[in-house]
Amino acid sequence: MTTVIALRRSWDKHWTAWAMVVPVVLILAVLILYPLANGIWLTFTNQTEANQLAEICTKSITGGEVCRENPNAWSYVGFDNYVNILTGRIGEFWQWTGTTVIWTAAGVAFHYGLGLGLAVLIHREMRFRGLYRVLLVLPWAVPAFISAFAWKFLFNERLGLVNSVLDAFGFDSVAWFADRWSSLFVAVLTNIWLGVPFMMVALLGGLQSIPSDLYESAEIDGASPWQRFRHITLPGLRPVSSTVILLGTIWTFNMFPIIFLVTEGQPAGQTEILVTGAFRAAFEGIRNYSLASTYGVLILSILLVFSVFYRRVLRRQGEVW
Amino acid sequence: MAGRTKGKSIALHTTLILASLIAVGPILWVVLSSFKPGYAVQSTEITLIKDPTLANYRYVLFETRFPEWFLNSVIVASLTMLIGIFFSATTGYALSRFNFPGRRSLMMVFLVTQMFPVSILIVPIYSIMSTLGLINTLPSLVIAYLTIAVPFCAWMLKGYFDSIPTSLDEAASLDGCGPFRTFWRVILPLARPAIAVTGFYSFLTAWGEVAYASAFTQTDDKFTLAYGLQQFVPQFNAQWEYLTAAAVLVTIPAGIVFLFAQKHLVSGLTAGGTKG
Repeated sequence: MTTVIALRRSWDKHWTAWAMVVPVVLILAVLILYPLANGIWLTFTNQTEANQLAEICTKSITGGEVCRENPNAWSYVGFDNYVNILTGRIGEFWQWTGTTVIWTAAGVAFHYGLGLGLAVLIHREMRFRGLYRVLLVLPWAVPAFISAFAWKFLFNERLGLVNSVLDAFGFDSVAWFADRWSSLFVAVLTNIWLGVPFMMVALLGGLQSIPSDLYESAEIDGASPWQRFRHITLPGLRPVSSTVILLGTIWTFNMFPIIFLVTEGQPAGQTEILVTGAFRAAFEGIRNYSLASTYGVLILSILLVFSVFYRRVLRRQGEVW
Repeated sequence: MAGRTKGKSIALHTTLILASLIAVGPILWVVLSSFKPGYAVQSTEITLIKDPTLANYRYVLFETRFPEWFLNSVIVASLTMLIGIFFSATTGYALSRFNFPGRRSLMMVFLVTQMFPVSILIVPIYSIMSTLGLINTLPSLVIAYLTIAVPFCAWMLKGYFDSIPTSLDEAASLDGCGPFRTFWRVILPLARPAIAVTGFYSFLTAWGEVAYASAFTQTDDKFTLAYGLQQFVPQFNAQWEYLTAAAVLVTIPAGIVFLFAQKHLVSGLTAGGTKG
């Protein structure tokens, strides 16, 4: 009885809030939490496109349907999928993970560094400020697959602008996608170009929230520009920075279209990152559902561990987040 | 920050002009190439403008199903934008104003959804969609894109609502507004910058997505632009001249939405980004 009353009271107090979030919660439950649970369950099976049916039904001559058990139906395989992936029997998990780490670290570092630099430059009063801002944010408005295509076009070995320019200056053209590192370089460059605007805009917003009298009093106290940057700007940006670095890391880690379309894994799959490698391993040929899910769970686990670790570091530095 | 020396000023503008060129350059090059005839696109000679022609555009617009795909994309992206704004605004408001049981876990779930790679979700979502009979329909795409866009947008809007003083809500409630009316009449209009960013983000998410589109649409009258364009990229001998024209046509609507939103981008993202 008391629980009923407590529930009632809770309902009376919170029903507006719940009413406002319930559609989103429902959609997420149906389309994310259920698929997640389903996906985790799949990792312990060997389900593929070919063996997913428990029964094979055939139409008989009389018009009825005859169903018999599928002799090659899927079954539980325990941790086989994980073992196969982690020992490298299927795919190149460790190489892909290494590439992913390089890809993510380089991407986020340059996104943040360049974004911060440009935000600081553009934050001050000057002529053409609005114009610069629009131009610098423009890459954000271009859909990722179009950017991927544009950069692939620029670095095309035969007709790309970059090689034409190299030619014109008397250098040899470079077969960009024939070497692992130059191929990865092009992909990282594309991704940097794509991601700087978001960082710049977010950090610009952060800069505007730092009270300007802090700078004035620091100037009166004789602080150098570098000291002001170091002791006012950076600490003032911490709340924004911690959020956008975490989001940026997650987004870059799972960034599918750039590698998939720009390098296509060339040469010989050496530039695959985890998400693209997993996609090719699981979906080319017969679609292997259980393998795809296993990769998904591994990727999710890496990101979860990272974000728990990240939050712990932040908290140790006194961040309440 | 007045009294900058001349040298510093030149350095500042040079840097920014250079950065702007890098930002705009690749787009500009594609635009220029789209007006060249095929042989000029395929040649190694560097020319900005060469025998300008609209032939590439004519081909893309009239010889392919481009207009149909374009319409599909407009429908999907607009619906995602409108529904996305509505859901993320109500959710963001509830997260910002009410301390209800489940609030913290919902915030956590929103963050975690950002970590899901498409590869883990695509198969189960596909089977849900086919159970609902939605495969090869546009609503299946709208629903899938909402799951990508809404968590981030609700998070961002929550931050923005946090920056609007609660005294406004209290005043409205004293005037006899219920919580929904307060939200709709008082808070939402004040949050216009953040709404603009939310809309921009949802629109772009839907406009450029390929993986779900390739899984959920099957006949070429249901393709979105992003997926339909893959047809121009055969394994060998890509038709670059058509691709450039198509790329320009695809980017224009996103650019228009961007122009509407860009004024608000900084202020809209400010509060949203700062207060996770």
